[in-house]
Amino acid sequence: MAQHQVNYLKDGGLPVALTTIDKVVNWGRSNSLWALTYGLACCGIEMMASGASRYDFDRFGTIFRASPRQAELMVVAGTLTKKHAEFIRRLYDQMTEPKWVISMGSCANTGGMFNTYATVQGVDRVIPVDLYLPGCAPRPETLQYAVLLLQQKIRRESASRAQKPKRLM
Amino acid sequence: MRAYTPKDDVQKKPYYTDRYWVAPQVAKSDVSEDAVFAHDLEAIKAKFEVLDAYIQVKQMVVVINAADNFGVIELMKNELEYNQLSELSAIDWLATEGKFEIFYQMLSMSKRKRIRVKCKIDEKESIQSLSSLFRSADWSEREMYDMFGVVVNNHPFMKRILMPDDWEGFPLRKIYPLQGDEFAQWYEVDKIFGKEAREIIGPENRDPARVDRYDTERFSRLGHEVPRGTDISQGEPDTPLCYQENEGVFLIQKFDAEKSVVISDRDR
Repeated sequence: MAQHQVNYLKDGGLPVALTTIDKVVNWGRSNSLWALTYGLACCGIEMMASGASRYDFDRFGTIFRASPRQAELMVVAGTLTKKHAEFIRRLYDQMTEPKWVISMGSCANTGGMFNTYATVQGVDRVIPVDLYLPGCAPRPETLQYAVLLLQQKIRRESASRAQKPKRLM
Repeated sequence: MRAYTPKDDVQKKPYYTDRYWVAPQVAKSDVSEDAVFAHDLEAIKAKFEVLDAYIQVKQMVVVINAADNFGVIELMKNELEYNQLSELSAIDWLATEGKFEIFYQMLSMSKRKRIRVKCKIDEKESIQSLSSLFRSADWSEREMYDMFGVVVNNHPFMKRILMPDDWEGFPLRKIYPLQGDEFAQWYEVDKIFGKEAREIIGPENRDPARVDRYDTERFSRLGHEVPRGTDISQGEPDTPLCYQENEGVFLIQKFDAEKSVVISDRDR
């Protein structure tokens, strides 16, 4: 005879939650976005600040990894030069599916003020981009917001199917 | 009738010339005004031919023959106490004279004097390396080769220093367009995807004021983010800094400001 009446259907009754597999997988993916350390220029400083203790990316599950094989998010933070373009493509190809790209700052979006012979006019000429983040340079709060928007995007996607091949702009 | 000007070398000319513009010149003074420089110049003149020498902004400028560059710098280093080569590069005078001007900026720490040694070479001519005298010349000469295409003889590692090894063209020449020639504009596309991809990816957008009709579909304004494909012809919905979906996220609790407690007792 139970001393206390337990309502198993109320919150905290049974340790069971009913949901779909899509939601579970997307919940896992969106809340453990491991980002590749990819600071190319001054935006990289803001990205580092976002990862450090004051802005603390860890609480969103975003942990910077130094290897593309452990990362699923590439934050392209800074000016991409033409010399470096082939390496960003190589690193992107080495990342495991599913993968997402945030283009951070004006230079990564469009080449920014570097309208010259040596700068790639937007990383979307080389790799497909999920989220463009304006600013020069965007503050850490903006990058946090971008990651949270990307999380929402991931939760909207279907997790069970393979990712559709993304196209360049 | 207006005088005919040949149009076949317009690239070599600046796009606009003011006929009445006179370039300001920094005042030059005679070398004999400074005893230290006069002595140095005599020492150089004793061994090498000096084409021109003057003092400009308290620095002596010595113009020599290009073939003598190693000898003059060696003399200045070993006998005249100019023990630092602070700068070295080329100036493009190809359009007006068909020549490069090479300058070496020398500093004497003991005399507290600076001398600039200049010489001129033709476009296809090469120049002797100074890297056996000064280590600083090593990278400077590589940069000179990278940016101007001036080949340096007897250099230990004559290779581009800033641009990629397979780069074509020399970016600091006056005829090189700022936004790159065709090779530069398609460089990353050609290298990564191959030339076939040029049509798919398209040319670079070099116009910052260009408005694309797809811009409103592809991008959303900050604070009005909507998923791609949403119909916004009736105006975008306002999304005031929404960090989560409205219905909440599985296993994640939304922060409720009403239920939160501000801890005033720090020792608690």
